[in-house]
Amino acid sequence: MRRIVLTVYALLAFAAPAFAVLPSEQLSDPKLEARARHISQELRCVVCQNQTIDDSDAPLAHDLRVILRERLLAGDSDDQAKAYLVKRYGTYVLLKPPFQENTLLLWLGPFFVLGIGGVLVVSYLLGRSRLEAAPQLSTDERARLDDLLKPDAAE
Amino acid sequence: MAAEIGQYSLILAFLIALVETAACLVGAGRRDRALMALGRAAAFLQLAFVGTAFLALAFCYLNNDFSVALVAEHSNTTQPAIYRFAATWGSHEGSMLLWVLILSLYSAALAFFGTRLRETLQARVLGVQSFVASAFLGFSLFTSNPFIRLDPPPIDGAELNPLLQDPGLVFHPPVLYLGYVGFSMAFAFAIAALIEGRVDAGWARWIRPWVLGSWIFLTIGIAAGSWWAYYTLGWGGWWFWDPVENVSLMPWLMGTALLHSSLVLERRGALVSWTILLAILTFSLSLVGTFLVRSGVISSVHAFAVDPQRGVYILAIIAVATGTALAMFAWRVPQMRSGAMFQAVSREGGITLNNLFLIVLTATVFVGTFYSVFIRGGQGISVGAPYYRLTFIPLAIPLLLLVSFGPMLNWKRSDAGEVIWRLRWAIAAALFLLGIGTLILGVSRAGAVAGIVLGLFLIFGALAMLASRWRIGKDSRTSFAQRVWSTPLPVWGLALAHAGLGITTIGITAVTAFQTNKVIQMLPGQAVDLAGDRVTLDSVATVQGPNYQADRAFFNVESSFGTRELVSERRFYPVSQTQMTKAGIGVGFFGNTYISVGDRANDGSIVVRMWDHPFVDWIWVGAMFMAFGGMISLSDRRVRVGAARKAENLAGAAALS
Amino acid sequence: MNRALALIPVGLFVALIVTFYFALGRDPTKIPSVLINKPLPAFSLPGVEAGTPGLRSSDVRGQPMLLNVFGSWCISCVQEHPMLMELAHEGVVIDGIDWRDEAIDGAKWLNQNGNPYARVGNDRTGRTGIDLGVTGAPETFVVDAKGRVRYKQIGPIDADTWNNTIAPLLRKLRSES
Repeated sequence: MRRIVLTVYALLAFAAPAFAVLPSEQLSDPKLEARARHISQELRCVVCQNQTIDDSDAPLAHDLRVILRERLLAGDSDDQAKAYLVKRYGTYVLLKPPFQENTLLLWLGPFFVLGIGGVLVVSYLLGRSRLEAAPQLSTDERARLDDLLKPDAAE
Repeated sequence: MAAEIGQYSLILAFLIALVETAACLVGAGRRDRALMALGRAAAFLQLAFVGTAFLALAFCYLNNDFSVALVAEHSNTTQPAIYRFAATWGSHEGSMLLWVLILSLYSAALAFFGTRLRETLQARVLGVQSFVASAFLGFSLFTSNPFIRLDPPPIDGAELNPLLQDPGLVFHPPVLYLGYVGFSMAFAFAIAALIEGRVDAGWARWIRPWVLGSWIFLTIGIAAGSWWAYYTLGWGGWWFWDPVENVSLMPWLMGTALLHSSLVLERRGALVSWTILLAILTFSLSLVGTFLVRSGVISSVHAFAVDPQRGVYILAIIAVATGTALAMFAWRVPQMRSGAMFQAVSREGGITLNNLFLIVLTATVFVGTFYSVFIRGGQGISVGAPYYRLTFIPLAIPLLLLVSFGPMLNWKRSDAGEVIWRLRWAIAAALFLLGIGTLILGVSRAGAVAGIVLGLFLIFGALAMLASRWRIGKDSRTSFAQRVWSTPLPVWGLALAHAGLGITTIGITAVTAFQTNKVIQMLPGQAVDLAGDRVTLDSVATVQGPNYQADRAFFNVESSFGTRELVSERRFYPVSQTQMTKAGIGVGFFGNTYISVGDRANDGSIVVRMWDHPFVDWIWVGAMFMAFGGMISLSDRRVRVGAARKAENLAGAAALS
Repeated sequence: MNRALALIPVGLFVALIVTFYFALGRDPTKIPSVLINKPLPAFSLPGVEAGTPGLRSSDVRGQPMLLNVFGSWCISCVQEHPMLMELAHEGVVIDGIDWRDEAIDGAKWLNQNGNPYARVGNDRTGRTGIDLGVTGAPETFVVDAKGRVRYKQIGPIDADTWNNTIAPLLRKLRSES
């Protein structure tokens, strides 16, 4: 049932005349517009599957793009503009997950794996090298070895 | 009629797979040659019946048999024939059938080509393969039967999504599946080794071509998918860190590690446990990917219509297959130590580091993809490209830096200083270009310059390796031509593959850092500047396609290299009531011009989006170099011909049967 | 590789499988509402027909009630509509927001299909919907007497959802106030 609603909306995204960022939406100030484009690329289109609001054709994406530009015109900073949308749709709308308590593992995980893996690998490699250092022969043993290796030694 | 043939073939294939599993595994355990021969014969029969089922389904599609539910859902009489055929795998049920077909193909190939392999090893590998095959055939039959009928049948079917009506659909899924389903062979070899409790020279030589072959297909498959997305989606993106894309990248990363690890295993008998673990994990990642796309756990444009019940079944298959494999790993591997020694600074050491980084990169993609599934309240967290840019990229850089050093390291023990000396020209050139680039483009662009120089360093490193091999600048008894001619094929393969990686790196960096974009409303006759080129909208016409109507816009692009015409269309498909844009792409050595039109306004003006994508094609050209390098290596008979049956144990490997 | 290390992959794997198992059945496209346990954001919408009072956020309080987002363009809303009519008939107070719709179209739709709403506001631009975090129609908020959102239903309310989730919640809210 619920799937139908979202499918309908997704289909509307294709059928509707609205688009990924339209000329008519763009701000006249190129700096502000560049900021708007940049932020749009970090915001998820919440009714699409894995698109940014910058790319999406969905009507809701259009609305969010327009709102974003309004906020920038009103003088919001990048973070404030994003916060405006997060207040309404939650952190889900951010494609760059915030660094908070429940995303610690997400952000630090890869480096953590590198750290632990690094330690394991280095100790593994050093272990292999240590085995390589053969016990040194004593002088006696060396002499015996030389004897054995003489050309007239039996095969 | 065809559907019935397909249905019965599928049932027979399932039963045969069960027989094959029993015959092979029991036969190997008892060294019963008759049973093992039965297993091999069953492998061929399985292929025959799965193939028949697949062809039957394709036949239904081609003949517009709408009494078959799948055909009614994904095909239409107005759809061109080639897409009616490709729609065979455009659904969950159909793609599952393709999956099992490829699995059967690999099994049959081993049964056919593996006559010189130790019989019990071959039997065990086939046994594991057929176990996986029977699990998925059962899955197909009991939860995802492609041959379910509709009564009464509709007059016409629903149209295949217009975005999928493209040669990409004919090419990308089968090649991709040949790749990541192909890693099932490595998985099967690993389990066979764990059953036997030993790894011998034969095993190491036999696993390599299967790993290499799968890797080549997967490389091509992923590149094809990326390129398809680029030209078909209309906004010039080529990688979205979509969960389903990630899930094809992970087996590729692991598969690359496996490839290098098996090389060490064959040459020096070292990294036994690494190789086995990587073989298990690579295919397990493929299985997890299969699970992901069909279970509704994660949302994605690629996901099939979802059913959590099917998800449970696949999860059970993964739990049994991978769980058993890893449990056996924990049990057996401590006894399978190889005694091969090597210094930390050596090619073995380098490849171990390579493995580490590839595993870390895989873990990064894994964490990013599945994070929202793991944590409570994870539905509020979404992970997109910005995350990967801050984690994957920084972690990939050290790996890319080390790639050029690897082939210069000697086996067993090497001297770091000597390696650096051998690469001195490559290093010097890279540093020089880094300096110049930063000077010309400015410090703010230093990151982009570094990325491109890194790619160039990879290419220089490959050339340096060849030069060192050919003893350029050194005295030698043989002539230069002789030295080049006698270069072993795998060395060419290595050079091509590593250079290809460099080419891809350059492409990715350039297009990410230097692309430009304009979005404007244009009237016919209007011209605009784009990254130094002049783009003029000549005219817009209304056209009729086989199953669509379109506004077709003609553009003229003037650059310093000449003029060219580009055409972009905005199409409307009446059957499915959907719209899509076909982009006009001007391909060039230094980059592409990418134009995408939107709707026409009442005053005759049309929305135009245009991009300049510097060096973007290098991404896929690099991938093709990598695949081609792999193919060259694979063509060397020494890589493909395994050791004879009575191979000796690798030095130091404990023998336990 | 020693035994301890070799056990790590299995261990992690088991944890993974268990996690995936519990993840099945959860719909990843349902974003949780940020408004849960928070008051409705302030809004004031005109009526769908000239002369009708419209809907203000201050109207949506006083007793546990439903706030339903619909539109004349919305196909699933037509499916949900009989359910809403029945609920309204049984005494459930439902306010409506005609979202991303011209007032005239909304009015026509209600005249054709019946009007289950105590009050209806027309949100032509869709901004109020966005302030509420609406992603599509139909969506329904369960609001308590103090005007706080207690639950958000994404998609049509069917018999199961009503019986298992919303009705018990309304009962609970009524006993609270």
